[in-house]
Amino acid sequence: MATKLIYFAWVRERIGKPEEDVELPAGIETVADLLRWLKSRGEEYENALQFPDVIRVAINQEQVGHREKIAGAREIALFPPMTGG
Amino acid sequence: MPGAVRPTVRIEAQDFDVAAEIAGLTKGRADIGAVVTFSGLCRDEQGALSALELEHYPGMAEAEIGRIAAEAIERWPLQGLTVIHRHGRIAPGENIVLVVAASAHRHAAFEAANFLMDYLKSRAPFWKKEHHADGSEGGWVEAKEADDEAASRWTTKPAD
Repeated sequence: MATKLIYFAWVRERIGKPEEDVELPAGIETVADLLRWLKSRGEEYENALQFPDVIRVAINQEQVGHREKIAGAREIALFPPMTGG
Repeated sequence: MPGAVRPTVRIEAQDFDVAAEIAGLTKGRADIGAVVTFSGLCRDEQGALSALELEHYPGMAEAEIGRIAAEAIERWPLQGLTVIHRHGRIAPGENIVLVVAASAHRHAAFEAANFLMDYLKSRAPFWKKEHHADGSEGGWVEAKEADDEAASRWTTKPAD
């Protein structure tokens, strides 16, 4: 099953696209696994996810920690710390 | 009954009318004794900025602000609550965000508006990009640690 990844702000700019559908390989269980795998997909991902600790993640539009399991996620968003208000 | 209050949450590109939003909360009511309004505007940073570009996560922005508003209604005896956050390109002097909290007494209205703004800063999925007045490319505004600290002070229950 394909998972939709969405990127915002400088994460989007560095990866070079606002969203994509990916087939997650076996063994990608948590948000941290996902970030590690994505980072290995090319220079633009490496550039965007160089410091994974600062990346905020939302699963199905709700913010989660990096240890969260991603099984069943329809939509996973990656973005920098928010600066609204 | 606090549970009966339904917050108004709007995420939109167009500007809002602060007076009209206050009137919308208080019109025809005689039980509201206090209205606290916070509006956030775009600064030009001593002439250096020509605009702010606000990117947001459609869907999650509404959901997250809705969750924060629901939490405020649970914590304080509010009689009305409106939260509006704009997105897109915003020029210096224009409105960005509005919180209107109405209550019987001022204490709850002040606290709730303060809480809402602290949480909007660190939890609502919006990102600001600067456009420089001299035409050079501006960067993304960095999140401030002070904003996270401001939000974390609400994790202990307020004294009555």
